Amino acid sequence: MEKYYNKNIECAPLHEIESLQSFRLSSTVRHVYQNVEHYRKKMDEAGISPDDIKTVDDLSKLPFTLKQDLRDTYPYGLFAVPMDEVVRVHASSGTTGKQTVVGYTEGDIKIWSEVAARAIAAAGGGKDDFIHVSYGYGLFTGGLGMHYGTEQIGATAIPVSAGNTSRQIQILRDFGSTIICVTPSYALYLAESIREMGIDPSEFKLKAGILGAEPWTDEMRDEIEKGLGIKAYDIYGLSEIIGPGVAYECSEQNGMHINEDHFIPEIIDPDTGEVLPYGEAGELVFTCITKQALPLIRYRTRDIGVLTREKCSCGRTLIKMMKPQGRSDDMLIIRGVNVFPSQVESVLLGMGNISPHYMLIVDRVGNRDTLEIQVEMTDEIFSDAIKSLEEMENKIKQAIESTLGISAKIRLVEPKSIPRSEGKATRVIDRRK
Amino acid sequence: MLIEQISIFVENKLGRLSDIAEVLHNNDIDIRAMSIADTKDFGILRLIVNNPKKAEEALKKHEYTVSLTKVIAAGIPDKPGGMLIMMKSLFESQISVEYMYAFLSRMDESAYVILRVEDNEKAVEVLKENGVKVLSSQEIYDM
Repeated sequence: MEKYYNKNIECAPLHEIESLQSFRLSSTVRHVYQNVEHYRKKMDEAGISPDDIKTVDDLSKLPFTLKQDLRDTYPYGLFAVPMDEVVRVHASSGTTGKQTVVGYTEGDIKIWSEVAARAIAAAGGGKDDFIHVSYGYGLFTGGLGMHYGTEQIGATAIPVSAGNTSRQIQILRDFGSTIICVTPSYALYLAESIREMGIDPSEFKLKAGILGAEPWTDEMRDEIEKGLGIKAYDIYGLSEIIGPGVAYECSEQNGMHINEDHFIPEIIDPDTGEVLPYGEAGELVFTCITKQALPLIRYRTRDIGVLTREKCSCGRTLIKMMKPQGRSDDMLIIRGVNVFPSQVESVLLGMGNISPHYMLIVDRVGNRDTLEIQVEMTDEIFSDAIKSLEEMENKIKQAIESTLGISAKIRLVEPKSIPRSEGKATRVIDRRK
Repeated sequence: MLIEQISIFVENKLGRLSDIAEVLHNNDIDIRAMSIADTKDFGILRLIVNNPKKAEEALKKHEYTVSLTKVIAAGIPDKPGGMLIMMKSLFESQISVEYMYAFLSRMDESAYVILRVEDNEKAVEVLKENGVKVLSSQEIYDM
């Protein structure tokens, strides 16, 4: 039976959600205009006053917020409340530039706990569960976000944090963890380690995983579900908006419901900024309409996704976003062709017997971009004859070529030679820069 | 009358063969014969050893991809024409060879050839009919 944390909202009629959104949006815009100099300037420059924003339909009149805005006002310049009301800060890892700092009031933490609790309920979690949190605790929002969600729903939190695989496995078994919150790449690594340690999966009580913080494919989901004997649910979030819990998957496991009573989503054309209709792929944009400390307006996520209002079998009416295909930041342009690492993953795992560990090496030789895909050798595809291994390389090469439209060199590498991650996996080495 | 060959996937990187040799040494594995097939990026090291199961286990523990393959060890006279008898008999029975490599033994005057073919049973039969000696695994281990 489907579990809900807040059925009244999660299954509310659309017109109720929309009137709630309109009311919250207009008061949020007023709040940031009054309290954040940066937003006041931006709106004045665009000739928009808070009075112009009365309903959700007025949203597109507002200017976008970019990651650069957070950097320009580093660390606290976009905060909309005095610092004495801020009870916590988190920060992004800063892998693509200076790190960005986000803040929360006590009320913001409550909102975050609620949206994370909705994700846990949708994954079948409740008071009786033991929730093993393998996301890192610290400035990264993953660990504490799921931790507070766990406490909110009344389950037992096991705050393991990331790393130390053998200890993770011991705790999973000895503490009777029933739900694990972890990145998909680390979930896969845990499954692999459990198999190698020769532990019988029946020694675990795990039933579900809530996996996020990096893009992953349905093929990878199959691997994880088989390897750990669980149902794997996707969760989406980013610290700028709140952290994990912006959107979450239900029993249908086909797209994530966005907590749109707190965050209004839009899809835009990343080049023109024009709002696109439901069903079309584009860049995801979110507006926070309930947070106090850092209510970002039309924040451009760089994530590529699709929105849909199609009816969901779980009963929720909250709008759904289909699994992001990747971040526009992750997108590689190789010989003029757009390539997402997740497309390569789909092809590899779709072949059935290929290891889920891979690495893309992009380089430039002369004036020509080259793509090498390293794939780990497995017992299943190994053969004592060169001929069969070359056939395997060719098979992968052709599958990649027909899906991506570019040719790649396939290199078979020794098992375990591609670094395993305990957090977000690195899938690309771009040597062109 | 088949013996087990151990095949190891080796990336073309400095020090890999030395590492494998060390694993074998630490596990007291004696190598009877070896060959390496190589491409630009990787190779397959094929070994005949005194204890293939133990070698397989030890190498797997060190994260190598390893497989055991049934091959034929044939003994032929170590003199001109020795190889001809063997190859001709296989050819006349339409048996093609995937790969082969040879080694000498301290024991006698024979040369030994490791053969990998599609149909092992048939090849063994043909070789025996033509007077080519086919070794048992015990004979190889005890060499």
